[in-house]
Amino acid sequence: MDKPLTRNIKPDLAPVTLAEYRRSGGYEGLKKAVTAMAPAEAVATVKEANLRGRGGAGFPTGVKWSLVPQAAGQKYVVVNADEMEPGTFKDRLLMEGDPHQLIEGIAIAAYAIGADTAYIFLRGEYTLAARRLEQALQEARDASLLGRNILGAEFHLDIHLHTSAGRYICGEETALLNSLEGKRANPRTKPPYPQTSGLWGRPTVVNNVETVCNVPHILREGADWYRGLSRSQDAGTKLFGVSGRVKKPGLWELPMGTPIRELIEDCAGGMQEGYTLRGFLPGGASTDFLLPEHLDLAMDFDSLQRAGSRLGTGTMIVLDDATCPVRIVLNLERFFTQESCGWCTPCRDGLPWVVEILEGILAGRGRPEDLDRLEKLAWLMGPGHTFCALAPGAAEPLQSALKYFREDFERYLPVSPALSLRGEEHRVPLLEGERRAAGG
Amino acid sequence: MAKITLDGQVYDVDAGENLLKTCLSLGLDLPYFCWHPALGSVGACRQCAVVQYKDASDSKGRLVMACMTPVTDGLRAELEAPEAREFRASVIEFLMTSHPHDCPVCEEGGECHLQDMTVMTGHTVRHYRGRKRTHRNQYLGPFLNHEMNRCIACYRCVRYYRDYAGGQDLDVFAIRNDVYFGRFEDGVLENEFSGNLAEVCPTGVFTDKTFSAHYVRKWDLRYAPSVCAHCAVGCNTSPGERLGVLRRIINRYHGEVNGYFLCDRGRFGYGFVNGEERIRQPSLRGEPVSIEAAVAHLAGLASGRTIGIGSPRASLEANFALRALVGAENFYAGLSRAEAELVAAILDVLRRWPIRLPTVREVERADAVLVLGEDATSTAPRLALALRQAVRNQALELAQELKIPGWLDAAVREAAQGAKSPLFLASPAATRLDEVAEAVYRGAPEDIARLGFAVAHCLSPEAPGVPDLAGEDARLAETIAAALASARRPLIVSGTGCQSLEIIQAAANVALALAKRNPERSAPADAPDQSPPSAGLTETMKPVDLCYLVPECNTLGLALMDGRSVGDVFAAVQEGAADTVVVLENDLYRRADAVAVDHFLGQVKHLAVIEHTFNATAEQAELLLPSGTFAETEGTLVSLEGRAQRFYSVMPPAGEARDNWRWPAA
Ligand SMILES: Cc1cc2nc3c(=O)[nH]c(=O)nc-3n(C[C@H](O)[C@H](O)[C@H](O)COP(=O)(O)O)c2cc1C
Ligand code: SF4
Ligand code: SF4
Ligand code: SF4
Ligand code: FES
Repeated sequence: MDKPLTRNIKPDLAPVTLAEYRRSGGYEGLKKAVTAMAPAEAVATVKEANLRGRGGAGFPTGVKWSLVPQAAGQKYVVVNADEMEPGTFKDRLLMEGDPHQLIEGIAIAAYAIGADTAYIFLRGEYTLAARRLEQALQEARDASLLGRNILGAEFHLDIHLHTSAGRYICGEETALLNSLEGKRANPRTKPPYPQTSGLWGRPTVVNNVETVCNVPHILREGADWYRGLSRSQDAGTKLFGVSGRVKKPGLWELPMGTPIRELIEDCAGGMQEGYTLRGFLPGGASTDFLLPEHLDLAMDFDSLQRAGSRLGTGTMIVLDDATCPVRIVLNLERFFTQESCGWCTPCRDGLPWVVEILEGILAGRGRPEDLDRLEKLAWLMGPGHTFCALAPGAAEPLQSALKYFREDFERYLPVSPALSLRGEEHRVPLLEGERRAAGG
Repeated sequence: MAKITLDGQVYDVDAGENLLKTCLSLGLDLPYFCWHPALGSVGACRQCAVVQYKDASDSKGRLVMACMTPVTDGLRAELEAPEAREFRASVIEFLMTSHPHDCPVCEEGGECHLQDMTVMTGHTVRHYRGRKRTHRNQYLGPFLNHEMNRCIACYRCVRYYRDYAGGQDLDVFAIRNDVYFGRFEDGVLENEFSGNLAEVCPTGVFTDKTFSAHYVRKWDLRYAPSVCAHCAVGCNTSPGERLGVLRRIINRYHGEVNGYFLCDRGRFGYGFVNGEERIRQPSLRGEPVSIEAAVAHLAGLASGRTIGIGSPRASLEANFALRALVGAENFYAGLSRAEAELVAAILDVLRRWPIRLPTVREVERADAVLVLGEDATSTAPRLALALRQAVRNQALELAQELKIPGWLDAAVREAAQGAKSPLFLASPAATRLDEVAEAVYRGAPEDIARLGFAVAHCLSPEAPGVPDLAGEDARLAETIAAALASARRPLIVSGTGCQSLEIIQAAANVALALAKRNPERSAPADAPDQSPPSAGLTETMKPVDLCYLVPECNTLGLALMDGRSVGDVFAAVQEGAADTVVVLENDLYRRADAVAVDHFLGQVKHLAVIEHTFNATAEQAELLLPSGTFAETEGTLVSLEGRAQRFYSVMPPAGEARDNWRWPAA
């Protein structure tokens, strides 16, 4: 099976050097682009390959590039390497293991849209990735793969590495641009989209690390080959991760459209002894829960969408029967509350309320109407209701947990308010797995 | 034009505006917080939600923010859709989760946008049961209170203070529901337009501290339409009074003049009205007398030949009454000698040259500006704020090219970044506008005038040149000339600030050169075309915008009545023309040096002074006649744009004081 993204990555995760990268066909894609293709052809190839963004929203990358005005002038490529989504750790592998793959992808993207400057916006905690990227950038500059007249063509590019001061919202592409400009990381109004008014007001393409890493292979091997890698209508391969109480949590490159069951049962080795699967967040912390009944769905954009969730970043968090979904949701919502940028009302003031209610429920202060209130809060934070997608993402695990695990919320509610008034303790019935773990 | 359907009703409206503004203009109630007519839309508060439908067949629609939705032909939306109503009520409820609900003790109560919107959306019962988030307050100086717990994080304050007024020392700190609007540390707010925060903030976070000192509820105040007396811009104000005390001044919207904003001098500079230094009682040689006795004494004094000295801070009516009392030949405007000359020169230019006086609003639309010898922030503050907006026209144009509507405020700023329309500033000392200027020229008044003449010469060879200009200055003159020549709405700002006739002349020359250069040049789009200039000018010349800043609220009005200075009065008395003088609200010591004034007053046998507040001239009066301040009288002032504006009294003058015009008219 072809695994273009990870084929060079070594078992000990030592970085691939420039020489090694070139031996495996590295920078051939760039060479082909700058010597044999007009920029518009490079865009067309990526469009034809049907590459969709791996940062979470799945926007077709070629289309995004083609929205950049063709007129000359300063333009930018910005790589979103913020990766702060809980449970997501795929870009890290790509940057630490094979930094040149990213650099080559950036160079092709820059050539395609006519940019001569690119930025990598890197999560601050990724210090190892920062070191390896800096080193690889230097190797590329030394080998004239960056700089002026790259590979003899009329194409100039430099890439700057920017390490973030650390906020989840900086991963939202327009907040990222503000942050890169040294401003508060509040998202921007869309439209205008970054393709017309982006970094410093100039046309800009923002792409996820993994998205960009696909590009050299598409250019080298062609769009047909790339589409052929997939097991579904969404092209290529994808890094899929599984975390939670599975036997072998990890990250694998698999064809797009691989069934969830294969991922959990074959790659991750199934659930740990003594635990059963209750559900999973298929695409990371900001996607809706799915249930075991969804195991045969294909991991691709449209299948998960139809099932009411999202592919997101493709890194799955598994819920077992000894872990309370209410606590998981609380944990996630605390994260989102803390990371809300504070710009728009439903997110800024809605998320702390969600946390307040969940804490109350877990502390035995819940009331039956709290669950309706949570549902309403999830609606209020839904798509289009807030200024950016952070709050809608936060609403997804909440609304789906309420839908699928309602009895888990209800078990914390005092049987009758009178009981608690009399000071009688409400005994929370245990979950299957909790009972087993307690030896009952 | 666009035909749109709102709640089933069809309206003809302007296309391109945002839907919130359009709804409000149509008189439809839609709650909002972060949008402000002068600050545009940013979509932060999510309060203005409506349901918009794609087309006739769309029955589901989707929730959109009206302030972020451009009005296009065929737009269909419902303000009253249950989904939209529920969302709006919920947003208010969100804003209220940490709100102190302290309306009874909050100074905003009764004129609070948050109160109004809360009532409008119908949110009454609080469902949130958690602890409220609390903040610390800051000391922000003598003008503004800071009560951060009332904040609803609408971001208006920072957008106004930083983006609009150019302030640096107010910002938003922290994130999530802990966002904090204040200074980096306690301290006096630096910006000269900080007082507007009290009106821009839709809640009781920023309130007027001078008002707190004698606070009453809004509904217990009496208001009158008034005009600020502190400079020649003529901002429209609403003074509020209760029980004979002037309690505060707030902005009164005038679309062509001050819009939504005042300067801090105009807003907070009212303490003198309630001051200890007020003259409350007529007096004759220091002894209190009745009004009747005072009137009789004044009549006696005026029966012989009497000179009247008018005042640039008194109304046309008061000056006119004095002139009527003493006769036109004995009425002197009472400016200093230098100022009288300067203002006469300005009037001459205004009368005979191809110039139009732009309104403050039109100043905001200028796309290239030359300021010659003025520190507008000091001499005409509100106009300086308008110049700050003019500098943004380049950004608005850039945004337009990218099809970003001008009201989409944050997007315009992000797209255009620091792009600025050219503002050239020549002044003897640093000014607050230097930071937004394309080039700043520092020099003595003579140097500034020479620069101005050189610019005029670059624009039109007929204008006299400046032969020995330093190379650098000559290049600057060329740059300025090029910018003005290529602008669609160029503007020249000058005035009496440097006390230099040459500067006034240089500014006029620049305007004339511009007018000659482009006879087709059109005046601002919505400005009425003026009649062709008189006196030897070609008919085809279109007037050029020129603002002359003059010092006082009625300088221009007074100059239209008489041009003679206190120097002329001194000469007349010296020659024995009269020995009796009536001074109207004018401290002569501010018009001439003390030796000259002392000498003059020594020669005057009878001095009558009409004045509201003690000063060195009033103290020497034989007959002292107390008058009312702007708040206690009415009259007409002519602003620097030549606009005659009437102000009304909000309360009767205290004690035995009378309207300033009533004394001579009696
Ligand atoms: C709160 C938030 C955080 C995000 N974080 C990331 C991130 O860390 N990395 C990323 O690539 N995209 C992130 N995104 C998505 C980006 O906004 C954007 O869609 C993406 O970078 C586009 O790249 P792509 O088209 O290659 O997927 C985030 C979005 C939101 C709303
Ligand atoms: S949803 Fe609103 S408050 Fe939350 S991160 Fe986005 S813009 Fe900020
Ligand atoms: S202080 Fe006032 S203006 Fe500023 S964000 Fe808070 S409520 Fe809005
Ligand atoms: S700008 Fe002048 S008229 Fe306006 S408020 Fe200030 S002092 Fe008064
Ligand atoms: S007024 Fe429209 S979102 Fe604030």
